[in-house]
Amino acid sequence: MSIEYLGIKNINGPLLVVQGVKGASFEELVEIAVEGEGTRLGRVMDISDDTAVIQVFEGTSDISLKNSRVRFLGHPLEIPLSEEILGRVFDGLGRPIDGLGKVYPDVKRDINGDPINPVSRKYPRDYIETGISAIDGLTTLIRGQKLPLFSGSGLPHNELAAQIVRQAKLPRHEDTKFAIVFAAMGVKYDVAEYFRQSFIQGGVLQRVVMFMNLANDPPVERIVTPRCALTAAEYLAFELGMHILVILTDMTAYCEALREISSSKGEIPSRKGFPGYMYSDLASIYERAGMIEGREGSITQIPILTVPNDDITHPIPDLTGYITEGQIVLDRDLNQRGVYPPIIILPSLSRLMKDSIGEGFTREDHAPCATQLFSAYARVHDVRALASVIGEDELSKTDKLYMEFGKAFEKEFISQGANEDRTIEYTLNLGWKLLGILPREELDRVDNAILDKYYKERGHTSAE
Amino acid sequence: MEESVILRVSGPVVKVRGASSFKMHETVMVGSKKLIGEVIGLDNDIATVQVYEVTTGLTAGEPVAPTGKPLSVWLGPGIIGNIFDGIERPLKAVEKKTGAFIPRGVSTEFDEEGRKWKVEIFVKPGDKVCQGMVVAQTRETPLIMHKIMVPPGIEGIVSEVMPEGEYTVYDTIIRISAGPNRTFEMKMLQEWPVRKARPSLERLAVNEPLITGQRIIDTFFPIGKGGTAAIPGSFGTGKTMTQHQLAKWSDADIIVYIGCGERGNEMTEVLEDFPKLMDPKSGRPLMERTVLIANTSNMPVAAREASIYTGITLAEYYRDMGYNIAIMADSTSRWAEALREISGRLEEMPAEEGFPAYLSSRLSEFYERAGRFKTLGNSIGSITVIGAVSPQGGDFSEPVTQNTKRFIRCFWALDRQLAYARHYPAIHWLLSYSEYMEALSGWYEDKVNPLFMKHRSELLKILQEESKLLEIVKLVGSDILPDEQKLTLETGRTIRLGFLQQAAFHPVDTYVSLEKQFYMMDIILFLHKEAYELIRKGIPASHVKETGYFEDIIKAKYTVSNEELHIFQEMKARFREGLEKLK
Ligand SMILES: Nc1ncnc2c1ncn2[C@@H]1O[C@H](COP(=O)(O)OP(=O)(O)OP(=O)(O)O)[C@@H](O)[C@H]1O
Ligand SMILES: [Mg+2]
Repeated sequence: MSIEYLGIKNINGPLLVVQGVKGASFEELVEIAVEGEGTRLGRVMDISDDTAVIQVFEGTSDISLKNSRVRFLGHPLEIPLSEEILGRVFDGLGRPIDGLGKVYPDVKRDINGDPINPVSRKYPRDYIETGISAIDGLTTLIRGQKLPLFSGSGLPHNELAAQIVRQAKLPRHEDTKFAIVFAAMGVKYDVAEYFRQSFIQGGVLQRVVMFMNLANDPPVERIVTPRCALTAAEYLAFELGMHILVILTDMTAYCEALREISSSKGEIPSRKGFPGYMYSDLASIYERAGMIEGREGSITQIPILTVPNDDITHPIPDLTGYITEGQIVLDRDLNQRGVYPPIIILPSLSRLMKDSIGEGFTREDHAPCATQLFSAYARVHDVRALASVIGEDELSKTDKLYMEFGKAFEKEFISQGANEDRTIEYTLNLGWKLLGILPREELDRVDNAILDKYYKERGHTSAE
Repeated sequence: MEESVILRVSGPVVKVRGASSFKMHETVMVGSKKLIGEVIGLDNDIATVQVYEVTTGLTAGEPVAPTGKPLSVWLGPGIIGNIFDGIERPLKAVEKKTGAFIPRGVSTEFDEEGRKWKVEIFVKPGDKVCQGMVVAQTRETPLIMHKIMVPPGIEGIVSEVMPEGEYTVYDTIIRISAGPNRTFEMKMLQEWPVRKARPSLERLAVNEPLITGQRIIDTFFPIGKGGTAAIPGSFGTGKTMTQHQLAKWSDADIIVYIGCGERGNEMTEVLEDFPKLMDPKSGRPLMERTVLIANTSNMPVAAREASIYTGITLAEYYRDMGYNIAIMADSTSRWAEALREISGRLEEMPAEEGFPAYLSSRLSEFYERAGRFKTLGNSIGSITVIGAVSPQGGDFSEPVTQNTKRFIRCFWALDRQLAYARHYPAIHWLLSYSEYMEALSGWYEDKVNPLFMKHRSELLKILQEESKLLEIVKLVGSDILPDEQKLTLETGRTIRLGFLQQAAFHPVDTYVSLEKQFYMMDIILFLHKEAYELIRKGIPASHVKETGYFEDIIKAKYTVSNEELHIFQEMKARFREGLEKLK
């Protein structure tokens, strides 16, 4: 059914109210023909008797009650999909913008997707070697995981994400079945361009699908962008059997758009003005990562979000952390001290790591080595606090060793070059070398068998 | 008859016109796809319906059909070992019908395959039967004997009994004449409305612990069978891990695990692991005593709200058979948020932080359904409820945590700093409490060791002192403390690392018997007291430390299995000898 209507009754922010409508359905796609301009897209957000509330993705500026006609398309927003989408660039609503013409679809899919049946999921267990010690060693990325970067403005999250993309190695050399889906939401042109360049440098541009909603594009469109991207990812992963890495940036801009729409609808807000359903909304994006039993492919998500005011309890990082399978947190202080990547390990976590490291996956000592590094580094923080009160010279002998360990750990283990690609063996051996700064009895998280095999106390030479 | 049609659609909430015959809480079929919904408000001839499925595609004017029944679940053999969504649709059957993704409007039967159960019937024609009476049974899993009970509200004389044999849940097995001209066809399958607690004879006092094998819980903050507990903690602090540990090792007969608005992979993990893990008591796979309710965060929000009730109703059904059930609800905050979301769509006046004013009464109704009961069939059964709470921003003063605190009696507070330092389980010993201590201490003294409670309070006292000393150490360092205090720090550290920390992934440490918990406390206190005496005699604390005995105790959790407790005696002897030499 596609019927045209004239009767726009009311315009409020991104919302249009149309009256006298028959048979409009909830979430249906709508085309708005604006006189002298072409068409815009929208979707039905609320239907009531013969009235429909429509959210216009491109915004309502220049629409008047008289100059526009509304057409209901009879289906929710769908995007055309085929293998051809690889290497292509689309706008935030999934329309090609690279001048290469339309995609000839094998299938068309509703961008909202359907939830994966928990019974049909396969628990992710294959680790992805990124060549970055802080990640591989301490917050291991697993294929099929959703692991966000919690960053802040001015921190090198884009560089880190690009490095992960360049260096990520799949187990069992399945590189040929690898592709990237990149969704930009409200980021600046140069950020998107930075990623494009880094895909070119990595020689993977032909294996990338890009969906672009830039900072100057309409915010409402942002709500759709990650869903287009994930619909494409699901098609590539679960129908063509590919391993897809999805980068979603910036989820903060996405959430702000959600807030904007919610407030223009006059909804009752929960914390900081964000709508009460933001958890469910974000879950409908993040839960689209994963693997399915009996199918080849996988979707790994790396959402990036800039944490407002570096406050991890802000609703955006908070709700994200409650849904994703861990988080990698970047820290301003480390960044100022010249540590790249400035990953602060204590609040960082990879939840899927526990089942996917150790003997048969990485190395038998991986878990104990990582736990001991976490615990020792937590102690470094206490010792530093103490040193700032009583002075470093007054510290006990052991505490001084912790100070030294802390410095070395940040300088050698966390820090590495933007092009430095380390093996997991190198990372773990480095971990043991640094733990060697501490006396054996301090290593209380490791059982003796592993200590006997891997721990070597450093000769106490560098105490100066 | 008036025609009931959709008037308005807003997310999961639908308004229906022509609904004057609808009843509050009645189940209705919405639209041509027959989506399942529940009436949650009536105003003249307009009904407000919450829909348990995604409402995309619904159109004003589509028909809505009443069913005459409140939202109910099916009860019968086939529940254990199964996985359902929030309104009890069997997810494996859904998968068979629609594949890996769940579309709208899937309808399934309770038992699509019509599995046959070998039924043993205990009554004969002429017997008088009444509600709750066990009249037959079938082996549901090797661990669970399914007692078939006369449904609440039915009583009468048995008029006919089917021959012994195999029946599906839909077959009549007994006919009961329940009054003049009224024959009740009793099947194995029964129905019960989820929002109504199943009746019982009497509520009993909680008098026995739920043994979990987790030291900080069993020893410090125990929960009784029939008790209630909350596990609050910000993201990544270990709520789910703790609940998985309890689901694996606690000595309940049956576990109902409700994944309410959480991750799909966590349910998959249980589905993959539990069939392989063995129950320590029986040596049988844990799946044979577990039922899962999965309404993950991306599944419809109204069904998430219902999932909690579905779970507790299943639990009550097995309680009525005389079993001890433990429910894990992960996370009750997501349920509260579902209430908030729906309340927001109804444009109700919000109370704190957008939550509806009835949040607190809903929480209380839910936790009230926990307890130890004398059942209608005159046996004793219990439901222990353990709810995870996910406070916004990790702040325990938010409404869900605060309201929950009023209705639970065990508070296992997860601490972000402990989790950051990978001290697991990150349950903070100074912020947590159990109000069952008094009711259970006699049990521990009788069944484990007369000194159990005494040891426990001594350990707790050392930890409290340690925490005060650590505040001082933060300001001045530990070098200048007197030796007695240095010892307190060392013993405190030993308790934290050797006793409170427990490695969920270590084969020996993952489950610890109460006896071993006692001996671990015992050896810690032994060393502490011996060392204290030495220090009093002027021997430096550092000498005691250098013996390495504290480290030995810390590692004992890995090296001494539940079956080798005599090693603790040998350790004592060795310590005594070694310390003697320091004199
Ligand atoms: N007892 C434990 N032993 C070992 N590791 C643990 C333990 N508890 C938590 N962890 C670690 O912490 C991670 C997060 O734990 P968990 O998933 O239980 O957190 P949560 O509180 O449920 O978080 P969320 O609210 O986001 O669901 C686990 O993946 C595991 O790595
Ligand atoms: Mg959890």
